[in-house]
Amino acid sequence: MSLADDVRNGDRLALARLLTWLEEEDPRGEDTLQILFPHSGNAHRVGITGPPGCGKSTLVNQLVRWCRIHRPERVAVVAVDPSSPFTGGAILGDRIRMHDLAGDPGVFIRSMASRGALGGLSRRTEAVVEALDAAGYRRIFIETVGAGQAEVDIARLADTTVVVEAPGMGDEVQAIKAGILEIADVLVVNKADLPNAQLTERALRASLELASPGNDAWPTPVAAASAETGEGIADLMEWIEAHQRYLDDSGEGLARRSARAATRLEAELSYLLTSQFRSGLDDGRFEAALESVRTRRQTPAQAAKELVQGRG
Amino acid sequence: MAKTLRVLIAKPGLDGHDRGAKVIARALRDAGMEVIYTGLRQTPEMIAESALQEDVDAVGLSILSGAHMALVPRVIELLRAQGQSHVAVLIGGIVPDEDIPVLKQGGVAAIFGPGANTGDIVLAVREAVAASARAG
Repeated sequence: MSLADDVRNGDRLALARLLTWLEEEDPRGEDTLQILFPHSGNAHRVGITGPPGCGKSTLVNQLVRWCRIHRPERVAVVAVDPSSPFTGGAILGDRIRMHDLAGDPGVFIRSMASRGALGGLSRRTEAVVEALDAAGYRRIFIETVGAGQAEVDIARLADTTVVVEAPGMGDEVQAIKAGILEIADVLVVNKADLPNAQLTERALRASLELASPGNDAWPTPVAAASAETGEGIADLMEWIEAHQRYLDDSGEGLARRSARAATRLEAELSYLLTSQFRSGLDDGRFEAALESVRTRRQTPAQAAKELVQGRG
Repeated sequence: MAKTLRVLIAKPGLDGHDRGAKVIARALRDAGMEVIYTGLRQTPEMIAESALQEDVDAVGLSILSGAHMALVPRVIELLRAQGQSHVAVLIGGIVPDEDIPVLKQGGVAAIFGPGANTGDIVLAVREAVAASARAG
């Protein structure tokens, strides 16, 4: 029996080991994923993003609990927290808020550190999600690091992106800035039990009317929920599933998956080409180019061009 | 490049504060490790399950309640039963001297009491993981 068979047969330790291999870029990970890949592509991938402290983990805890009570499928969670840029270490604390899910064999939670990636996920999050998908988890929640305005990678990875806001996080001008609000398929004002929640809800609605790209087929809904009390969770889940149906029925889901495949292939290609090119360079050439950029003799673009043309 | 060490820090049992556990988590983070922090009031079953899903190299248990002789062997037993006997187990907290040899006999790699130096703890985690890897 190979590790891929064990993963397909529901062996959770084998799955956990595969995720480590993928994260560590151990070649055995990619080999195993290659075997499993034809079995993936069946899960509904739900991205959960929003600023730090808006309650993403607590919300995920409630959403997964709801799914486990009302739906037959097994559920996985991938929770990303930031790595320290100085030591590379990380504290992954999302499990603290997900204790309701402990002891449920139908739930698999994996914490990941961002390991230097800046888009709110880590370079290997997608591979980990593919493996969970192939292992038979039919709904996968992907929680990003606390995200501000530019961490929008999640929109490329998820089928349905939920942007979480909390009351008092900014005025209307914040809300019409480009970026994180634009990627929302569902917007939710969490902590709806706090004062000013309705104000935030109204501001978000108003800004969506101003800034929405005019997708009449799926006007982004604004939901209100309190992950603390559980209020509004069923409604939010209803919107998430409505969006899943919209993706299936409209062909938008297929379009998104094609776009995702193209992005992934291009990303892997540039990664591979860059690392092959770097290892094929004569000793010292990269460092010499770096020095000419550092001392401002050459722009980075010019230095890169000359490296590729072999004149570095 | 060496594998990034992943360590689960958990507080089993009912004691109510986790300042010590947080200090350790922070020290391990500053030493470049990824620390999965699970918070208070974890049962041995929850700890073992988290260790499995996260595929950690080591588990650090913080216990102040005096229940270590019941909780620690149970965690080790569960880890072994699920095929994770390679996971190093370390304890921080208040452990009477006479219990230390018994716990070590049962598979605990290191035990730290109040006032322990965080640098020593980082070193002990690294050594315990390396020893487990050597043991296969």
